[in-house]
Amino acid sequence: MNNRSRLNLFVVQVLVASLMAAMLGRLFYLQVASSSKYQNAALSIQSRDVITPEVRGAIVDDTGLPLAIDRPGMVISVDRSLLDKMPDKGAAVLQRVGSLMKIAYGDLWISTRLCGELPIGQRTGCWNGTRFQPIPVTKEATEAQALKILENSDVYPGINAAPVPVRSYPSLAGENAAHLLGYVGSITAADLADTSKHVYLSEAIGKTGLEYEYDKYLKGIPGIKKVIVDRTENITHISQNSVPVPGNNLVTNINAKLQAATEKALASSVLNARSQGNKADSGAAIVMDVKTGHILALASYPTYDPNMWQKGLTVAQARALFSEVDGVPALSRATDGEYAPASAFKVVSVAAAAQAGYNLNGNYKCPYTLKIGNQDFHNDDTKVQGTFSLKNAIAVSCDTIWYQIGYDQWVKDGGLRPVSSPKDYFFDAAAGFHMGQATGIDLPSEASGRLPDRAWKQAYYDSNKNFYCNYQSRARKADLTPFLIAVAKQNCTDGYIVRAGDAVNFAIGQGDGLVTPLQMTQMYAAIANGGTLYKPEVARAIVKPDGTIVKEFKPSISGTIPAAPSTISFLHDALRQVTLTGTAASVFGNFPVAVSGKTGTGQVQGRNTNGSAKDPTSWFASFAPSSAPQYAVVMMVSQGGYGASTSAVGVKAIYSALFGVAGGSANPKDAVFPDGAPPTNIPKINLKNGTVTKP
Amino acid sequence: MSLMRPRARRNKVISNVSSYDRILTFSVLSLLAIGTILVWAATRSWFASQGLDPQYYLKRHVINIIIGAALAYGVTLIDYRLIRAYTPILWALGVLGLIAVAIPGVGSTVNGSRAWISLPGGFQIQPAELAKIAIILGISLLLSDSRDANADPSDLDVLRALVIAGIPMIIILLQPDFGTFIIIGAAIIVMIAVSGAPTRWVAGLLILAVVGVFGAAKTGVMSQYQVKRLQSFVDPTSDPQQSGYQLRQSRITIGSGGFLGRGLFNGPQTNGRFVPEQQTDFIFTVAGEETGFLGSGLILILYGLFFWRAFVIAKRTDDLFGRLVCVGVIAWLVFQMFENIGMTMGLMPMTGVPLPFISYGGSSMFATLVGFGLLQNVHVRSR
Repeated sequence: MNNRSRLNLFVVQVLVASLMAAMLGRLFYLQVASSSKYQNAALSIQSRDVITPEVRGAIVDDTGLPLAIDRPGMVISVDRSLLDKMPDKGAAVLQRVGSLMKIAYGDLWISTRLCGELPIGQRTGCWNGTRFQPIPVTKEATEAQALKILENSDVYPGINAAPVPVRSYPSLAGENAAHLLGYVGSITAADLADTSKHVYLSEAIGKTGLEYEYDKYLKGIPGIKKVIVDRTENITHISQNSVPVPGNNLVTNINAKLQAATEKALASSVLNARSQGNKADSGAAIVMDVKTGHILALASYPTYDPNMWQKGLTVAQARALFSEVDGVPALSRATDGEYAPASAFKVVSVAAAAQAGYNLNGNYKCPYTLKIGNQDFHNDDTKVQGTFSLKNAIAVSCDTIWYQIGYDQWVKDGGLRPVSSPKDYFFDAAAGFHMGQATGIDLPSEASGRLPDRAWKQAYYDSNKNFYCNYQSRARKADLTPFLIAVAKQNCTDGYIVRAGDAVNFAIGQGDGLVTPLQMTQMYAAIANGGTLYKPEVARAIVKPDGTIVKEFKPSISGTIPAAPSTISFLHDALRQVTLTGTAASVFGNFPVAVSGKTGTGQVQGRNTNGSAKDPTSWFASFAPSSAPQYAVVMMVSQGGYGASTSAVGVKAIYSALFGVAGGSANPKDAVFPDGAPPTNIPKINLKNGTVTKP
Repeated sequence: MSLMRPRARRNKVISNVSSYDRILTFSVLSLLAIGTILVWAATRSWFASQGLDPQYYLKRHVINIIIGAALAYGVTLIDYRLIRAYTPILWALGVLGLIAVAIPGVGSTVNGSRAWISLPGGFQIQPAELAKIAIILGISLLLSDSRDANADPSDLDVLRALVIAGIPMIIILLQPDFGTFIIIGAAIIVMIAVSGAPTRWVAGLLILAVVGVFGAAKTGVMSQYQVKRLQSFVDPTSDPQQSGYQLRQSRITIGSGGFLGRGLFNGPQTNGRFVPEQQTDFIFTVAGEETGFLGSGLILILYGLFFWRAFVIAKRTDDLFGRLVCVGVIAWLVFQMFENIGMTMGLMPMTGVPLPFISYGGSSMFATLVGFGLLQNVHVRSR
């Protein structure tokens, strides 16, 4: 053997040794270091969960009428593990199913592909489950179609038809309630990863609204058969077998008839505002029981059909839900829309003034224009001027009185050089009415509004200081006008200071303060009931299918407004005066029920996408009957114009339903609540009503 | 060299098999025993569930081993230097076998490769397995057949060896049996390196091998079937139902065995038949799942023992032909084992080569046992 040969033989030996070492290392990695991962993978290959879906609990109104219910549907499902074994991968079978079910073959093909099989970007409509689950292609099959499939299994191999529960929102009283109820949908990977949820791939769970909030009660337990299979899907072993347990029913405080009337009133107010030349892009209306905080109706405009998810949401429908052009129907304005409260805020200003020692029974000057610093402030809702009692000033919605009081208090607190502990009567009163604090309603999404007090001003300054101090380089070119540059310069140096303009605007509900329609309702309900802020509540009780009560939701108090009984009684008088002689008198002139309320017309900064100036926010916040308040009713129409002509008219329509008003007189028999108040008993649930209607 | 000496030793061999390298024999017997159990474990439960004879594969496997052992024993009886004389005839038989595969009615296609000859009684033989022996012998002959006993193989010797190896290899590539082609190619490079041939040949062939694999994949010389297999090795999700699926199943099956294994005959992946070709190409997954790291690690250690002894034999002999035969057999079995086990563990792309001494399959079993016989033959005659 020469040296080269010897060396090469050595190299070969080293090579062989290193190959052996590499294999041993890889074996160790697979079987020792990461064996648990592979054991789980093996289990998921061998075991199958056969899920029998349970019936989801119904959501019913205060009389037991179903708002959301599972109705029997017929699912047509595809067994991919069988289709894949066909020479054409099941193409011919899918063609036949498509023509039987009147579904386009392309849609059918996509909906039976695992998402992982499709390239990213072309996965819309793909199946997010596994190859081994039956893949539903429709839940809307007729009995005849199902029979055809079941009786001709040679023509439709790998296709199955079975009855399944389908979520349905039957709209029995004509209500929509989409933003309240929410909807159910397929679970996501995130739901699956959340082990606390115990969900299975084929299940539907609440996505938003009450369906989401009370999902853990509504969702029952699916029947699960766990089996071990071999490669040909033959079952070799059954390891678990349980029957489905239906979900519990949710009784709400919503009254379906009232909800329908509220939605109708809101929609016609929006259309009415548009006919008067306003943009009226959206709106909200809420009815609350002032004695309990129960939400009796809650509507948002525009809305959508909650049934469309069960029919299979198209891409176009999904886009429309969040489209600006369509008014973003997905957004619930009642709970998530934030608006300047405008003159409806004056009830808070009254409480602030009372705290500051102003005589509520005194007379105050209401000039048309008030000069503060070098700026003119004038009345907006009203053209009247003169000297008024405070009550009448509220009734005609005089602004200049509040400018003056707001300004005086601001000066007393030190003006531009605030004293060390300013009194801040207005900010404190607003905080006492829970401005800037979420109400805690039992719905998954809620905005908290904004209380623009000194702390907020400071925080806002801190986060925007950089922008204002570098305005010339940061702002868009179009915004580099001398005026805006000067404003930016001032904001840079002392933007954290509450200025006179901030204080006087706040006193009439303009400026930086924002509330949601729900917060407004909570405030007026508190004034109506003598001062208690109730947590708004939609749910009344959780009831088992057999009628046993699982859980009852009792009224819960979240605070008391900072107003003495004398202040509250003044407010009752003043708000009643609004509908008698004030801004809403023309609307409620002949109304047979005494209503107390306040109009609001909120100026909005900024422009619409087409460049037009924004129309004002129309508010009417109220309660009735004035002598013994039972209901608080609030309507808000964004860009709806005047408070009286748009929202007050809508609120009157809601009261007409509540009190059975027709032809100028109230007939308790026709009232939504014939007893004069919402029912206190938990109703018996009659689900039969729900199953007779198909959407 | 006298003609009498081998004949004198021959009687000794007949009378005393124990003059074999005992550790080499032990490792092969152990691997054969383990393989027999694994073939049974891979097929028993499935055949039972299909209402067939659960011992069907076990019985045939044992028969294969007995025939293979007889062949191996027979190979050790004839002095390998005499075998050297018959090498041209063996080579010609090997090539004829490979050609016969291509004749319609004689050859048959399995898993995309036309590599089998059907025999009466349901038996099939795979000439490529036996051609491996012919090629190793042929190359050893040409590289050691120098006119000057002390001279290293010349460029011409190497060239002749490459031509002699090239003819059967091209036929194998056309079948196509890419796995066997690669294994023989690797063994040839190792044999040339150890023969003492000029280094440029080794370097050149290594470069050619790398360029060849990439070029074949790019230009479409490789069949679509093989390109897919290579792709699914790089990205196992690219073809989930076919080879990518098999490789993933294979890895999961081995990994799920853990340290101790699921117990012999108790592997749910094996019994559920989730891994394809369990008794042949993927038999290592059965060891992985049912006997765990302990059992499959033991298999690797037994292979290690085998190669250690084989190298000792190769180094001990003074005869270049004998050494080249040993090195050729080692390289063939090492690469075949690495390709097979590496594939099941996701280290190598998918090619259908059996695991030496363990996989079910007559031709492979005969060839590997003949290889073992050649090693013992050299060992016995180099004392």
